[in-house]
Amino acid sequence: MTIAKRRKKSLSEYSTGELVMYRFRKNKLAMFGVVLLCIVAVAVMLAPVLSSYEAVSQMHVSDRFTAPNKLYIFGTDEFGRDLFARVLYGGRISLLCSFAIIGIAFVVGAVIGGAAGYFGGKVDSVLMRFVDMLMAVPSTLLAMAIITALGNGVWKLVVALAISQIARFARIVRSAVLTLRNVEYIEAAKCYGCSSLRIILKHILPNGIGPIIVSATLCLGQTILSISSMGYLGLGVASPTPEWGTIISENKMNIQAYPYLGLIPGICICLTVMAVNFIGDGLRDAFDPRTKN
Amino acid sequence: MSWLKYAGKRLLMLIPVIICVTFLLYLILAAAPGSLARQLLGDDATPEQIAAKEAEMGLDDPVLVRYVKYMADVCRLDFGESWVNGESVLTRFATRLPNTLLLSVLAMLFACAVGIPLGIGSAIKQYSLLDYGSSFVAMLLFSIPAFWLGTMCQILFCLTLHWLPVSGFDNWKSMILPTVILGANTLATMIRMSRTSMLDVIRQDYIRTAKAKGASMRTVISHHAMRNSMIPIVTQVGVSFAGTIGGAVVTENIFNISGIGTMLLSAVKSRDVPVVLGTVIFVTIIVGVINLVVDLICALIDPRIDLAS
Amino acid sequence: MEKDNLLEISDLTVQYNTDDAVVHAVNHFNLNLVRGEARGLVGETGAGKTTLALSILRLLPERVGEVVGGSIRYNGEELLTLPEAEMLPLRGKKISMIFQDPMTSLNPTHTVGDQILEVLDLHFPEMTKAEKAARVDEMMTLVGIPPERKGSFPHEFSGGMKQRIVIAMALVAEPELLLADEPTTALDVTIQAQILELMRQLKEKFNTSVMLITHDLGVVAQFCDSVSVVYAGRVVESGPVEAVFERKANHPYTAGLFNCIPDLNDNQPRLRPIPGHMADPRVVHEGCCFADRCEFATDRCRKEPPVMHTCGDHGILCHLYENKEEF
Repeated sequence: MTIAKRRKKSLSEYSTGELVMYRFRKNKLAMFGVVLLCIVAVAVMLAPVLSSYEAVSQMHVSDRFTAPNKLYIFGTDEFGRDLFARVLYGGRISLLCSFAIIGIAFVVGAVIGGAAGYFGGKVDSVLMRFVDMLMAVPSTLLAMAIITALGNGVWKLVVALAISQIARFARIVRSAVLTLRNVEYIEAAKCYGCSSLRIILKHILPNGIGPIIVSATLCLGQTILSISSMGYLGLGVASPTPEWGTIISENKMNIQAYPYLGLIPGICICLTVMAVNFIGDGLRDAFDPRTKN
Repeated sequence: MSWLKYAGKRLLMLIPVIICVTFLLYLILAAAPGSLARQLLGDDATPEQIAAKEAEMGLDDPVLVRYVKYMADVCRLDFGESWVNGESVLTRFATRLPNTLLLSVLAMLFACAVGIPLGIGSAIKQYSLLDYGSSFVAMLLFSIPAFWLGTMCQILFCLTLHWLPVSGFDNWKSMILPTVILGANTLATMIRMSRTSMLDVIRQDYIRTAKAKGASMRTVISHHAMRNSMIPIVTQVGVSFAGTIGGAVVTENIFNISGIGTMLLSAVKSRDVPVVLGTVIFVTIIVGVINLVVDLICALIDPRIDLAS
Repeated sequence: MEKDNLLEISDLTVQYNTDDAVVHAVNHFNLNLVRGEARGLVGETGAGKTTLALSILRLLPERVGEVVGGSIRYNGEELLTLPEAEMLPLRGKKISMIFQDPMTSLNPTHTVGDQILEVLDLHFPEMTKAEKAARVDEMMTLVGIPPERKGSFPHEFSGGMKQRIVIAMALVAEPELLLADEPTTALDVTIQAQILELMRQLKEKFNTSVMLITHDLGVVAQFCDSVSVVYAGRVVESGPVEAVFERKANHPYTAGLFNCIPDLNDNQPRLRPIPGHMADPRVVHEGCCFADRCEFATDRCRKEPPVMHTCGDHGILCHLYENKEEF
């Protein structure tokens, strides 16, 4: 004899969004990523409280190469500057720039890809030729070429890296729109006279947003890496402005003798990127549970 | 010989791409604030000197004229001279290319030779120690910046342990670390890509058909799943190669290798436009050719791809 | 009564353990298949028919699909405990399967000839290359595809032709039992009839027993000797086609299925759909699994699970038939 199980709220009674959140919250690694990213974000936002902007460039000549201690949590560099303050303020640049880059690339890419996918025909082929052109050049190279033209500077770096990511978003958005364009419920919406904009905003966007969010998240991790790589190479953000990449590059010669100078900022980058990637993977599994098995 | 025709078509399609990319860069360059001549001459240059320099470099012409002139030169295989030291861009590129190409190919080989078996193995033995281990390695390599990994490895293996030479790229010992560092990110990609691809194939109906025929798991994998799962992997190799050439900038700078990457970085820093433009054109062609080869290989593996259409 | 049972399934229970829930796909399933018989398995999508076929071949999705209890005996031999190495020679040689969607069940990167040949390579190592090639040609001719096309790839064929290839593949080893999982569902109506006719001919020729999984009662009437009606992973009615299709005594669910077929001679409203939805396979039912949708359901139906009441070969899983001697 079988005994009826107590009936919980059946899964079919959840909306898609709730279901995604439910699966995401059940994913331990993803939740770990969220917590980790929150810690980093809060620390970076509270930089003026935890430290001060003066501390970034203030040189304590008597305290050069101090190993991490109570006063200098992360130690000091060769000029006696507080590494903790530099890493915190450096994180501000790294994180803000990354979000800005993804934001710009996403908006521009979504407009290009969305228009191409939705209108099709000539619009599609012209826009996609443009995207193919951007794709033909390796993104690092494209960003470096744009920096050559624009010169050094944080916002110029953001523009350069954003342009080099547009193509990728345009493609993802286009394919999301294309797969949904001919789905029956879109046809149905057209049949009862929805406007193009309404169809895009009310029907295509909510249903196609999954893969877009996922790749934006995964792209965010890669962008944090790109920014710090550029900083390390001395492009965009230049020393003495702190940025995670520049901090490592300016301490390069002293890492062997004082390993914490390399380990601390490096681990900061790794943990942040890892947190973002965990979230990205978690979102991917939550949006499309089939990919998990 | 449909594939020859296809290859020819694809190569011809590179021409408009290069025209557009260089034009775009020219436009950004023209819109860029500040005079390049002033930057090259230094802040204490007189306006006359700057004007003379601009005339010398042809910067006083309108963008379009300059662009057409440049492209006309490019058609005659004249990529101009470096603004910094007057060397021919083409010869500089040609002398630097072999190192970068060798480094990139080695890195790709390393990433594929290690990553593809690991990825496929973890798909077949899903939820095994191998699966968790390689997923963890991939996750780690995805999150570690190459410049940091390179710097730390250089300090550990070269400066502290003295196992490997600190810089250079002339014997096998000096090639190990740059290859591994440059290949690290691609390795992560290959592990994940081949795992996903294999898992995806294993789920297909025709794999179930093959099992229902009575084929053992081993036969199903080697005979049915392997070939099909290679299709997206090969495509990924093409995509990753472009990324590897971009990544070479960082690796070459860490290990002080005389290649395209070091040349490009110093050109970008000194805003040596002809060198940067030339490099972009050359690399675009190289990447285009590689992607073409990849597509041809894909057509070889997958009978559904019809090159004629 | 002693019968030559080829396949005996008793009390089979299969569940899928997904992340979100446990899905009870097959519940206490009983079925006997006599040698040479064509048995129809009828039920709505999601009733557990495909799961049953996969359990017989032991091809349930790994880790997710789990046989919780019961037994599957083939020629008297228990399949569920058979080692994998002994299962391999059965698959494809003794028991073969035709899958629902011919579009996806062929490997896109192998030629159709090679895919038919593979069965021979796997199970008949003693055959020479020439013999195998001749057999493939013969089989392709039998299913109506010119053997010259064996070098073509699946994407170069239409759906109906692909299903012919799949049938050739399934029958090339002359199996004793063919599990056909909705072999005609993905095809056009005209092609459906052709494929069924082809299967009937080949079944006669090779004396194969067939388990035909379908949701179409018409197909059963055309093709099968006997029928099992499946609801929520259980057999709710089984018997010879004549007895079930007589429509004198049926499980309320079977009756509902019949009412979904338009009947032109009847003056009644043409279609009478079964109210409600397929039982949620994540929920374990206390009483009869069909009670929620049954017009005759009583309190007893909701509390006490019914048992099979039989009259000859005709069995009905319903309290209504408890005291009837003959139906």
